Amino acid sequence: MTSIAKPPVRHPSSRTNGRGLTLRDYEGAMSTLCAGCGHDSVTAALVQAAWEMELEPHRAAKMSGIGCSSKTTAYFMKQSHGFNSVHGRMPSVTSGASAANRALTYIGISGDGDSLSIGLGQLSHAIRRNVNMLYVLENNGVYGLTKGQFSASADIGSMSKKGEANEQSPIDPILLALTLGASFVARSFSGDKKQLVPILKAGLAHKGLAIVDVISPCVSFNDHEGSTKSYKFTREHEVEAVHTDFVPLRREITVPETGEDVHAVTMHDGAVVRLRSTSPEYDPTNRESAYAHVRACQARGEIATGLLFVDEGGRDMHEMMRTVPTPLVDVPYEKLCPGKSAMDKLMERYR
Amino acid sequence: MSGINDFAFKMGTVNGTGSASANGLLMQAIFRMGIPVTGKNIFPSNIQGLPTWYEIRVSKDGYTARPSEVDLVVALNPSTYAKDVATVRPGGYLLYDSTWPLDPDLVREGITIMGIPFGGLCVEHFQGDRDRTLLRNIVYAGSLAALLNIDMDVVSAMLSEKYGKKPKLLESNHKAMRLGYDYAKAHYACPLPFSLEKMDKTSDSILIDGNTACALGAVYAGATVGAWYPITPATALMEGFKSFCEKFRVDPETGLHNYAILQAEDEIAAAGIVIGAGWAGARSFTNTSGPGISLMQEFIGLAYYTDIPAVFFDVQRCGPATGMPTRTQQADLLSLAYASHGDTKHLVLFPANPREAFEMAVQSFDLAERFQTPVFVATDLDIGMNDWMVKRFEWDDNYRPDRGKVLDAAALEKIQKFSRYLDVDGDGIAARTLPGVGGKGAYFVRGSGHDKHAAYTEDSDAYQELVDRLTRKFQHAATAMPVPAFTLQEGADVGLVTIGGCDAAVREAADKLRAQGILVDVMRIRGFPFGEEVRDFMARHDRTFVIEQNRDAQLRSLLAIELGVPRDDMTSILDYAGMPLTAKTVVDAVTRHLAQVTA
Repeated sequence: MTSIAKPPVRHPSSRTNGRGLTLRDYEGAMSTLCAGCGHDSVTAALVQAAWEMELEPHRAAKMSGIGCSSKTTAYFMKQSHGFNSVHGRMPSVTSGASAANRALTYIGISGDGDSLSIGLGQLSHAIRRNVNMLYVLENNGVYGLTKGQFSASADIGSMSKKGEANEQSPIDPILLALTLGASFVARSFSGDKKQLVPILKAGLAHKGLAIVDVISPCVSFNDHEGSTKSYKFTREHEVEAVHTDFVPLRREITVPETGEDVHAVTMHDGAVVRLRSTSPEYDPTNRESAYAHVRACQARGEIATGLLFVDEGGRDMHEMMRTVPTPLVDVPYEKLCPGKSAMDKLMERYR
Repeated sequence: MSGINDFAFKMGTVNGTGSASANGLLMQAIFRMGIPVTGKNIFPSNIQGLPTWYEIRVSKDGYTARPSEVDLVVALNPSTYAKDVATVRPGGYLLYDSTWPLDPDLVREGITIMGIPFGGLCVEHFQGDRDRTLLRNIVYAGSLAALLNIDMDVVSAMLSEKYGKKPKLLESNHKAMRLGYDYAKAHYACPLPFSLEKMDKTSDSILIDGNTACALGAVYAGATVGAWYPITPATALMEGFKSFCEKFRVDPETGLHNYAILQAEDEIAAAGIVIGAGWAGARSFTNTSGPGISLMQEFIGLAYYTDIPAVFFDVQRCGPATGMPTRTQQADLLSLAYASHGDTKHLVLFPANPREAFEMAVQSFDLAERFQTPVFVATDLDIGMNDWMVKRFEWDDNYRPDRGKVLDAAALEKIQKFSRYLDVDGDGIAARTLPGVGGKGAYFVRGSGHDKHAAYTEDSDAYQELVDRLTRKFQHAATAMPVPAFTLQEGADVGLVTIGGCDAAVREAADKLRAQGILVDVMRIRGFPFGEEVRDFMARHDRTFVIEQNRDAQLRSLLAIELGVPRDDMTSILDYAGMPLTAKTVVDAVTRHLAQVTA
């Protein structure tokens, strides 16, 4: 469980991004998760996404709660600020930090225990508040650190390592987020980096809360026959509903000539996300059809993936609160304190 | 006993019928006549239909504690007639609504019973149920104005201020006031033997409640993030903050806000928001009461262990559990001082009244940032929700927030390595950075075991080094907390130790005891951890009484635990039934105990 620093070796041929940083510069401490853990792949995808997005490391804040997934904030972006808080409460801490300093990029990492059991309320209300953050939910259907109890995302009939079947109905974070009005809803698979990286990039560019549910198998406690969150099961049952390309602002946008149904969504910074539905009926900008599609996949035993829904026109927390564009931490005290003359005047009201 | 500008009266009404504004009007009129006055609203946890009382004490000597007896009761709630008539002092007066026959419950020997047909007058002169119900309160206020000699010019001026823009309401209120006034004058000898005469003792004072005062303190301290979950009796604090911010913190050009108020899903989230904002560098606070403090425990421990500033206003109410949400108590002392699991200790401020609540609210943000830790401001329902007569608040424009040790980019340039929890100065306070700062300033906050470099650890020595630093910080904080308020007398060998809102009753009790030949020193503790002054006072007095509003003598426990004062050397006077403390309770307990000891 200790964190081990990686040796700062840099290969001379390492490519640098627009900030002159290599991929290694976006890495963190050595992971102490089990070999083969899906979470490490998500971490790698985040490193890739942050590097490609050219995030300024110290302007990003990594937020987490408690659990295997929450530990991973130590494993990427070592030059960023990090806050590993209490179980299930990352959303409120992030809400407060964002209220205080809206200029930072907030990356929240959580898991199915952290977000769907103890933290279900906090997740729901962060969605309602529309905190401007990327919310990655590393979903493995099991409590890993306490060795193999079912989590709230375990499917009915999914078998534990000890051979018991789960009987309680699962909470699907995607359906939950769609119901609560989330403005960016995606699902991916830790084993599909090609799909995951553009989704993470789009999530980082999104204004408001971008939730990305990543099926991320637990090799130690939930990767066996009979589990519906194993690598094997997920590979066999994943059905991509929408293919996502992320086009940063500075790159020229060319219209693909594939003849496919393409939705181009312009993010608030001007970048464009191109969404190619894999079926002509699917519209990732329509909440109702997205919901229906995920439900239909579920009924067939399939896992719908991709950037399932996006609405870039919504109001985020700060817009709803009508806060000044300057981060509140940077507003000078002189602007905050009404001063003596106002006080003297005010006292007359209490006479 | 009672006399000119020295008496108390009480209205017993049904809540939700509009009596609060009439009662407030009476109190404010007395205040504007220059006479010291206090009001206590005793209300139910309910919106409409349950008993509620308003007690007004007039004291030319400036005593503001709750009166132990009342000279006059206005009984307007049949369901509490029997109880209300019993609270009239022998020889006192009862005023009832004689629209209906005198209820047998109201009959009592030795008091004067006066009837005025408040309801009947309203039916005769006003139309509609709503007007008749609401104005009945103004009619009894008018009768009291006659009976107590309240200056009608003052009352008229107040009505004009209040209803100046609504001429119809102004007219009906004037008329109702006059109806009650004239009826009393015509039927009873006015004024009563106890009544009012103009003085000039309130011009330097205001009438304000503690929640408003704390809210104003937060505004003046420069707090920008407030998070909360609605709870009686703390709700008005954030509502006050909001209305002050709307007045003072909205950019006139853009209409945008220099503040953020987040109504959270529960108190846990409110604590998380406040801690997240504190970590990010904002002055942030939450307002809550006992049940909220219970829910926030885990987060409080996190902030303590990771050195994050945050301010918590605890407007205490009667516990445990839901308890009596509209009754007052000081029963969160232990749960604040040692909030959260593991070894934790916290800074707590104990204001005695709204004026001090304002000052301590400002101070709490300085302490939180200086010591990078949660700070609690412990008021109670009585301080928080009742209007108190206190000196006008003052503000010094030279005040600048104490942001504590924060390393910015330039400061980071000058050091070799940034270690978040390294105690460079030996005071237990390590310099912090704020998220967003570059270079070597980034670090990882973790509630799990961490060493002085903020790195994860399960190493015993590294763990112990860190928690020992927190002890050092706490000890250092004891020198920065507000010193106790002392009221000393030459030759006193008895010490009265008290806290918070007990102040007024205890100081009044000291005066009453002196009149009986018993000299006492009073120490009102204002902060936790206790400083040397508290230790000295305990050492200097062989016999001490510890007066507080909880069942289990929590302040006495804190004195025993933290200072090693032998528990049995301290005699507890405990008043925990939910009402503000009276001087009589203290006087009786002290004299009874001293009589036992000397007998």
